[in-house]
Amino acid sequence: MTDVFLTVGTQEPFDRLVRAVDAWAAGRSVRVFGQLGALGPRNYRPRHFPFATFLARADYARHLAACRLMVAHAGMGSIISALEGAKPILVLPRQAALGEHRNEHQLATARRFADRPGIHVVWHEDEVADRLDWLIQCEDGGKGQAPTTSPELIATLRDFIFAGR
Amino acid sequence: MPERLRARSPRVLALASPGGHWIQLLRLAPAFVGCEVHWATASPDGRADAEAVAQAQGLSPPRFHRFIDAHRHAKLRLVRQAFDVARILLRVRPDVVVSTGASAGYFALRLGRLLGARTVWLDSVANAEELSLSGAKAGRYADLFLTQWPELARPGGPLYRGSVV
Repeated sequence: MTDVFLTVGTQEPFDRLVRAVDAWAAGRSVRVFGQLGALGPRNYRPRHFPFATFLARADYARHLAACRLMVAHAGMGSIISALEGAKPILVLPRQAALGEHRNEHQLATARRFADRPGIHVVWHEDEVADRLDWLIQCEDGGKGQAPTTSPELIATLRDFIFAGR
Repeated sequence: MPERLRARSPRVLALASPGGHWIQLLRLAPAFVGCEVHWATASPDGRADAEAVAQAQGLSPPRFHRFIDAHRHAKLRLVRQAFDVARILLRVRPDVVVSTGASAGYFALRLGRLLGARTVWLDSVANAEELSLSGAKAGRYADLFLTQWPELARPGGPLYRGSVV
């Protein structure tokens, strides 16, 4: 059983977020599991919760199903997974200015999704602990609604695929 | 093309890199009902994902292909990835190529078009304020060029027809 499932995606580590969650976990009786990406020798390794670098899909699904709250970078894979799994998610966007990504698109993602129920955004690692304290106490952590693909998008694709048939 | 040769389902190659791009691609599955769908990504979990979504959406049994992963710290792998994508295209000979990103999707659209396929690029929903790098390059090889944010739509493309969330 996991209270908090931390995931930073499958590519690069995200020390800033991992360190903040580790500091939060230190003084509390919470069960955290982390999926931390391809950790290099200099990357931060948490001392207060178990982690893996990568998870096979089945293990990822198991942690997602078991958790009360997801914590992640502002990647669409993580956000859609949380919505599909009906779990609340707290995101801290990666910043290219800090060498955490190729460009600043995660800031844009966070801005655009911050008003969706169940998607909670913090803009600085200092805010992580307080927000986790709050969300972990919320009933269902203010979870979001299952996302749907726009019918118009599906219809547009079908029209294109079947054009001339 | 003679009518006799058209008497089969449209053959679709749906291809994207793992993570958020792939999760968004899977959410297009309802558009592929009645098609022969070939899915391709760089993660071994892709096969199980494709089977799960095919069962959930009532598609015919999916075919799965895998290519090598590449990211910003492994630029030489891009060359191998382009060859992998070419090999998949030659094997599948799709009528339609659909991708959400990233570099592999660019290769698939560009090479797919050379082989006579019609092509769709759906830019990732992660790119809320400017098109993705791969999308900006792939757009000119897309017969249907879509963004998931209305603010990014332009008369000549990309067009906005809804999103996967």
